[in-house]
Amino acid sequence: MQAGQVAGLNGRNPIPRHHTESTRYNRALLLEAIGIEKRYGGVRALKHVSFDLQPGEVHALVGENGAGKSTLIRILTGAVQPDAGQVKLEGRTVEDNNPHRSRQLGIAAIYQQPAIFPDLTVAENIALVNESGGLARRVDWAARRAKAKELIAAIGAEIDPDREAGTLSMPEQQLVEIAKALGGNVKALILDEPTASLTERETDRLFEIVGRLRDRGAGIIYISHRLEELGRIADRITVLRDGETIETRPAAGTDARTLIRLMAGRDLSAVFPKRVVPIGGPVLEVRGLSCDAARVRDVSFEVRAGEILGVAGLVGAGRTQLAETLFGLTPADRGTIRVGASELSIRQPADAIRAGIAYVPEDRRRCGIVGSLPVRANVTLAILNRIARGTLLRTDEERTLATAWVERLGVKTDGIDAPASSLSGGNQQKVSIGRWLATDPRVLILDEPTQGIDVGAKAECHRIMCDLAERGLAIVMISSELAEIMGMSDRIAVMRDGALAGIVDRADATADSVLALALGHGAPAVN
Amino acid sequence: MTRAIAIGIFWVFLLVVLALRAPGFFEFDNLRDIAVTNASALILAIGMTVVIVAGEIDVSIGSQFAVASVIAGTLAKSGLPLPLTAVFTALAGAAFGSVNGLVVTSLGVPSIVATLAAMAFWRELLRWITQGAWVQGLPPTFQWMGLSQASGEFAILLSAAILFVAFVWLMRRVQAGRAVYAVGSQRESARLAGIPVHWISFGVFVLMGTLTGVAALLDSVRFTQVQSNSGAGLELKAISAVVIGGASITGGKGTLWGTLLGVGVLAVIAPSLTFLGINAFWEKAIQGAIILSAIVLEKAASRAR
Repeated sequence: MQAGQVAGLNGRNPIPRHHTESTRYNRALLLEAIGIEKRYGGVRALKHVSFDLQPGEVHALVGENGAGKSTLIRILTGAVQPDAGQVKLEGRTVEDNNPHRSRQLGIAAIYQQPAIFPDLTVAENIALVNESGGLARRVDWAARRAKAKELIAAIGAEIDPDREAGTLSMPEQQLVEIAKALGGNVKALILDEPTASLTERETDRLFEIVGRLRDRGAGIIYISHRLEELGRIADRITVLRDGETIETRPAAGTDARTLIRLMAGRDLSAVFPKRVVPIGGPVLEVRGLSCDAARVRDVSFEVRAGEILGVAGLVGAGRTQLAETLFGLTPADRGTIRVGASELSIRQPADAIRAGIAYVPEDRRRCGIVGSLPVRANVTLAILNRIARGTLLRTDEERTLATAWVERLGVKTDGIDAPASSLSGGNQQKVSIGRWLATDPRVLILDEPTQGIDVGAKAECHRIMCDLAERGLAIVMISSELAEIMGMSDRIAVMRDGALAGIVDRADATADSVLALALGHGAPAVN
Repeated sequence: MTRAIAIGIFWVFLLVVLALRAPGFFEFDNLRDIAVTNASALILAIGMTVVIVAGEIDVSIGSQFAVASVIAGTLAKSGLPLPLTAVFTALAGAAFGSVNGLVVTSLGVPSIVATLAAMAFWRELLRWITQGAWVQGLPPTFQWMGLSQASGEFAILLSAAILFVAFVWLMRRVQAGRAVYAVGSQRESARLAGIPVHWISFGVFVLMGTLTGVAALLDSVRFTQVQSNSGAGLELKAISAVVIGGASITGGKGTLWGTLLGVGVLAVIAPSLTFLGINAFWEKAIQGAIILSAIVLEKAASRAR
């Protein structure tokens, strides 16, 4: 590569390719995944997926949340084992794949959150994966530093190898990760949403480096939700949807709209127990809500009695942050929240609970149930002051209440005295929902209510949501599952980068239009 | 509770051995002496149970105990009536505890670090102020609370028993008790449920300090003078008792009945060694062995299940 060409790359030009079509496509395949099957419990995450990578190629992998991209990557790097199918590197099957072996063979993955050791220096971070020898060997510090310098220089970066890695910026950390991968003589480099937190300039720089790696003959698997980037960086694009490979096509001549159609286009006839209920007046009204710390920007919407507002968006679009701001976990900096007629000042969860807002969080284990407490204590945790006379807990009241909720939600448990940790995931989720319903809320915020629970429990959760809507609750349902959003919502709010990208009515919503909004390709037809 | 069962079996075994080899151990005077000596340890262990269940720890109570003892002695010597001396000593303890609580909750310092610093600070401050001198010449209204020795001992035991029963009830039946378990078990869940997690964490340290003040007072009244270096190692005794009693050192789990058992076991080891004619140097080694074997037994049992 000539210096002049590199220097010209700071604009939005495509990355020049320094080899002919014939040299690229006639070479043997570098990495292949053939007929990969993977099940998690009852869920088929990957259905006979095949994927290949040629040397000197950037192959983009796209798909909406939960399409199976991460699972496929984990199988390629040996972090999880497929139920069926095989992974081949340069024509040879990789036996007993594990992260260490795949790294040795030359497969490296770099994730959105760099996996660096913040208290070690850059040189030490690079050495950790690249130096061989036992734990008792002597460290050659000069050689270690020289090697780090060389690798960093090789990708055209300028980072002091003696700096503590934790003091580096996010893009610098990514560069260290790439240098680390290079040191291991990487043949296939997997980049998982590397540009999600990069500025445009940093992205250009990353692309330049990716281009160099490609020209050296490395194969690069590139995962991104920024479809507009793919034309600049990718040679081929593979679309995954619901654990299946939908299509692999050349990047040239593929526009974002086509990709969105391929990513979304699915049969949405999956059965949801959605019932038509009369929609009442507005219960929750949010105007210009912003929270700088949580990166929630100027969000306005309302939810009416009996209505389910679905909140869609990519992972990281700020949906959970919006919920946490509404609930006072990260208090808002600007904007108003009204429940009913009264405007609220929500500084902490207790304020929100008092105002009739309930929040069933996404992370059930950490934020939902309290594992070591019995089921009954979990149900009453948010209403301790209501089951108490003065400050004294009325245990009979608690038992009655807990028994009622366990029955009403159909929680399968050994009894209300069993520790919550002994329940299955779906039943824990019901207990978590029960805790919040016990507060007798007017607004119920559900964050990924059916994630990681089995199909039966999922259907039951949906039925419960419909019951609640029928009783006039205003429901906000955050979900990463497009089918669930489409199936359960009366209206769909789509978030992107902490702001509302648009709100779509159930009648007008199509999977394409929602996904387009989430990806920042808002269709002009919807508003 | 498995750990407590394993410990209970050991305890009964030890008592049986004593009954066979040294029946003198069970004489009333001996048992009463053991109980009175350990009353303050029980009170400290009650506080420590609450602290540990809340997911915190306090290693400064030995030093707090020393400072509170000297304060109690000095106040009594200055002629303050006993009830007021008691109130001020407890308040002093509460103040020490709130310093810990403040450092932990508002500065976000891990409680082991914060209380380790407090442990050194109070101990050294006391050494500097008293220059090692004991508080002597206490008024007769102070020793045994101005009662006869027998009545004084009874009063000490009664105080400890009342506190124990009160806390069993508080932890089970009062909102704050439930909140302590929730905060120690899953802090984030508790916060989401509207529980003021910072106040709970702060509160357990204040409670610990207050109980330390009470324990220091009840311990000081047994003597005619107050040592300025008392309470060394009491923090470890209290923590050991709580852990032996089955509490989880990471919080969320533990009962006061378990702690009572833990205090009971630790209380009989040293005197039983004397009665069995074993060198007293073995006491700490045996304590350590008990704690270790209880935990190993518990792990083995939970794995077998």
